[in-house]
Amino acid sequence: MTAVTETEPFRRVSPGRAFLGVLGRDVAVTGKELGSFISQVLVQPFFLLFVFGKVLSELGYIAPGYAQLLLPGLLALNAFLVAVQAVALPLVIDFSYTKEIEDRLLAPLSTQMVAVEKIVFGALRGLIGSLVMIPVGYLVLDEVSWDLSGLPLSALLLVLGALAGGASGLVIGTLVSPRRINIVFAVVITPLLFTGSTQFPFLQIGSLRWFQVICALNPITYVAEGLRGALTPQIPHLPAWLCLAALVFACVLFGAIGIRGFVRRALD
Amino acid sequence: MSTQTQPTGIHAGPAATPAVEVVDLVKRYPKAKVNAVDGISFAVAPGEVFGLLGPNGAGKTTTIGVLTTRVRKTSGHAAVTGIDVARDPVGARSVIGVVPQRPNLDRSLDAKGNLVWHAAYHGVPRPRRGPLADELLERMGLSDKADTNPDELSGGQAQRLIIARGLMHDPRVLFLDEPSTGLDPQARLFVHDRVAELAANGVTIVLTTHDMDEAAKLSDRVGIVDHGELLKLDTPANLVAGLSGSATVDLDVTGLDPEQLRHRLGAVRGVAGAEVLATPDEGPARLRVRVEGEAGAALPGLLEEVTTAGGRVSDVGLGEPTLEDVFIDLTGRGLR
Repeated sequence: MTAVTETEPFRRVSPGRAFLGVLGRDVAVTGKELGSFISQVLVQPFFLLFVFGKVLSELGYIAPGYAQLLLPGLLALNAFLVAVQAVALPLVIDFSYTKEIEDRLLAPLSTQMVAVEKIVFGALRGLIGSLVMIPVGYLVLDEVSWDLSGLPLSALLLVLGALAGGASGLVIGTLVSPRRINIVFAVVITPLLFTGSTQFPFLQIGSLRWFQVICALNPITYVAEGLRGALTPQIPHLPAWLCLAALVFACVLFGAIGIRGFVRRALD
Repeated sequence: MSTQTQPTGIHAGPAATPAVEVVDLVKRYPKAKVNAVDGISFAVAPGEVFGLLGPNGAGKTTTIGVLTTRVRKTSGHAAVTGIDVARDPVGARSVIGVVPQRPNLDRSLDAKGNLVWHAAYHGVPRPRRGPLADELLERMGLSDKADTNPDELSGGQAQRLIIARGLMHDPRVLFLDEPSTGLDPQARLFVHDRVAELAANGVTIVLTTHDMDEAAKLSDRVGIVDHGELLKLDTPANLVAGLSGSATVDLDVTGLDPEQLRHRLGAVRGVAGAEVLATPDEGPARLRVRVEGEAGAALPGLLEEVTTAGGRVSDVGLGEPTLEDVFIDLTGRGLR
């Protein structure tokens, strides 16, 4: 055939470039509204920190040293939940009403990779949401001292926790209808908030066995416990290998379900 | 287009790969009782403007959906510039531009941002994105709207911006799904002019419409689609010329059963065919009669037939057959 040169795509874009383009758009949009994003992610954990870490302990209702236990928990909480919300809510609206995501679905990139981009982007927001808690914690709390040698492990745990959050957000965002998203957020986010071993050490709630079992199902538990092990090892905590394994498992499980759901919604 | 070795156009030889090729395409949605697309085949030559004309729900949008990799085919074959859209959707996406039926501009970005980021998704080098966006905004008459949020654009402006976006990565084939639906006449005309301009520049265009004027005006060839099937495919002139009858007479009639009257009028001398266009609950029914020769010459005989039957004619319209008449002739009903 003489027309072979014509049948070949004249400009095949590398999937990596297309991926970075799609991710770049999300990052740029977040950058434009950075102020409101930061305040959004800080308000709830700030008050948790302030009331439980500062007010109650000054009044003597909470033992000194509780702040030390709480701060890693709140880092874990934000890494996961901020990522969930960054992915789930916009996706529900995109797929149901605005269809704004369609232009990105037509990028020269597999649909699965667009889903992965959503997870990565959610994880980035989760990480920012988590890291901004550190200076806040140091400012609000009097007695925070971290074992700095645990920082690399902490970074890894936060990345995995944020990715697990992004993947969970993808599951929610592709499975839930827009009419139900409010109720889902209310009945899912609040329990996640209180069963993630963020306000208590997992191993010390053995007397409430049923509650401990529920907490064991919440991925945030493994971020929080892992961070305690890395930063405040004097507090009883789960072993690091268990936390890492549980988080990798959560990433793979929710990632697989979420990507499947995304492809189902993206293609008719 | 730098790697394109020779200019392609509608006159490209038979060896040239079709810009779009659809063979026995079938799409059945899950839980649906019938096929949305039921064995459609056609090929579009490079540089051609191809129109799919049919009523809403005929399967036009689904066909476009398969070709633009958003709908998974049930069976058959669909390719753009020789790339199988099912086997290599990523490759197909890099050679197509898409203007969807519903506006889907990114409202987190301003008008220019929509163009620039679209180019980024398609790997257009960063230094080229801005100037290219400015150029397309200018061509679409949107230069003063670069910083505007899509929410604040009029329907026509948004549609032009969507067309500009579809062109940012220099696609070989541009798909336009109902490009002027919902636009006011002036905006519609502007969109038509832009489409004609693109066609003149050699971009292959596939458009869908339920508007016969639009199909006739913009397309080199028109495929008439109904119930998921391609009923006829030809140039607008040939489609109309294929109809029996050289003129049309529209009659608004009260006091008679429209179907019975249709049969009576069909038997009048010089009449090539008669159809019922509309039967409103209140007011007169409208019938269209296709006649041989001059419409005026046939009129007295038709009026007499209605009067003899006991009906009353309240309005008369004379015209020439259009694509709509072709559609009516094929399906027995109007386009809307």
